[in-house]
Amino acid sequence: MKRDLTCVACPLGCPITVEYTDTEIISVTGNTCKRGEAYAKTEITNPTRSLTSSVKVCGGVLPVVPVKSDKPVPKDMLFDCMKEINSVCVKAPVKIGQVIIENILGTGANIVATNND
Amino acid sequence: MLNYDLVVVGGGPAGMAAALKARECGIESIIVLERAETLGGILEQCIHTGFGLHYFGEELSGPEYAAKFIAQIEKTDIVVKTDTMVLDISDNNLVTAVNKNDGLLKIQAKAIVLAMGCRERPRGALEIAGTRASGIMTAGTAQKYVNLDGYMPGKKVVILGSGDIGLIMARRMTLEGAEVKVVCELMPYSGGLTRNIVQCLDDFGIPLRLSTTVVETHGKERLEGVTIAKVDENLQPIDSTREYIECDTLMLSVGLIPENELTKNVGIGIDRITSGAVVDEMRQTDHKGIFACGNVLHVHDLVDYVTLEAQLAGKGAADYILGNSDENPCYVNGTTGNGVRYLVPQRVNINNKDDVKIYFRVGRVFKNAKVVLEVDGNVISSKKKVKLAPGEMENVVIPAAVLSSMTADSSIVVRVEE
Repeated sequence: MKRDLTCVACPLGCPITVEYTDTEIISVTGNTCKRGEAYAKTEITNPTRSLTSSVKVCGGVLPVVPVKSDKPVPKDMLFDCMKEINSVCVKAPVKIGQVIIENILGTGANIVATNND
Repeated sequence: MLNYDLVVVGGGPAGMAAALKARECGIESIIVLERAETLGGILEQCIHTGFGLHYFGEELSGPEYAAKFIAQIEKTDIVVKTDTMVLDISDNNLVTAVNKNDGLLKIQAKAIVLAMGCRERPRGALEIAGTRASGIMTAGTAQKYVNLDGYMPGKKVVILGSGDIGLIMARRMTLEGAEVKVVCELMPYSGGLTRNIVQCLDDFGIPLRLSTTVVETHGKERLEGVTIAKVDENLQPIDSTREYIECDTLMLSVGLIPENELTKNVGIGIDRITSGAVVDEMRQTDHKGIFACGNVLHVHDLVDYVTLEAQLAGKGAADYILGNSDENPCYVNGTTGNGVRYLVPQRVNINNKDDVKIYFRVGRVFKNAKVVLEVDGNVISSKKKVKLAPGEMENVVIPAAVLSSMTADSSIVVRVEE
């Protein structure tokens, strides 16, 4: 299989092509540094993303409070995590850093508040 | 009438950092006037991460970055008035403001820091044909609706402009269940960070159409669709490429303008390229005792640089109040050379004893180029850059030793060498 990526390791944005099978990466081309190669390999084997959103607040001043995953979650689980986040209503007062959802969908990441309510 | 040594107009990242620095430099009597109901400025609605990597060495969301400064302000007795709108600044530093509790406020200041931030270019600036249907808004307005007010402004979205706010909102709307149909960019390149194009558009299969613009909006009560078209090399729409796209929301991310009405009323000189005040290395304007910093001075790429700039303005204002500033400055104006659009600060007091960092932006994308600083025709520094893009701020440093060798007739040139 073959996939074209744009590297985000630095502002240069090299176009990278990765050739791979189900079990191994055959080649990485187009990158101009080692960080590009590492980025491409991770993108194929285990792509993750930080997730930020907001959660409903009951009884607070503001209707919602912003949240983030305290570590990146698998990219293909972003929408499932959003479903969980949107099903929660947290009671005011909310403090910055407060854990809103522990270990969301078994990813090992907590969803934490990023502002005070 | 109230009397304060320092009045700070705006309680966003720039205003807070300037006030805190002035306090650190020994200024007792400081008041911060903020138009919104809370401190924090635009950071409060920027709930994505990516802030603070340079200044704090960690990746924070906007509210987290702001909270660090709000907590510091709360530990001091710096007076903060929120929900307070500054109406006028007179040329003897009398500030007129208004709020619900105090009514009309007159505040006499020894020094003033302007930190009002910037405003998005609105629809009116684009001259798009069509009706005034609802559903057409700036990306920042949509960001406020979703992230602060907690509701979705639409379901099918077209975004015009590929600045970072537009890209961030493309992802945000998608995650919340909207369909973002396309992002159109007038220029042949995006003004946003590569990282944002990959993680906000590519990740979700949202197409980015370069050299494309919105030429017409459709719908009477609510937006029903837009017509987009490719543009030629003169940025004029090509009729044969017109294409109708059904949507209920059009978001505009087409540039930011420093909010300088107050500045202009004082009669302070404005740089035509940055749309902000002309300042020296301490961010003092051509009106003694009035300083400017943050996005009201020039639109920044990263808030970390806003903080650093505001600290300079805070120190400059403190020095001015304490009578420690240079009574007879000797200014040399900087000149933009090849590829450089503007310089901030625009002028440098050569009596300054510290290194001076000059920020600038380039006018187009350069690859494998050099950034060159020349003083009196001599190359002071020449730095290789794999890539220079208009979306990112660059800087050069004039070392203190070079400054001390300069005279009133000296020249400073920053240019890009290909």
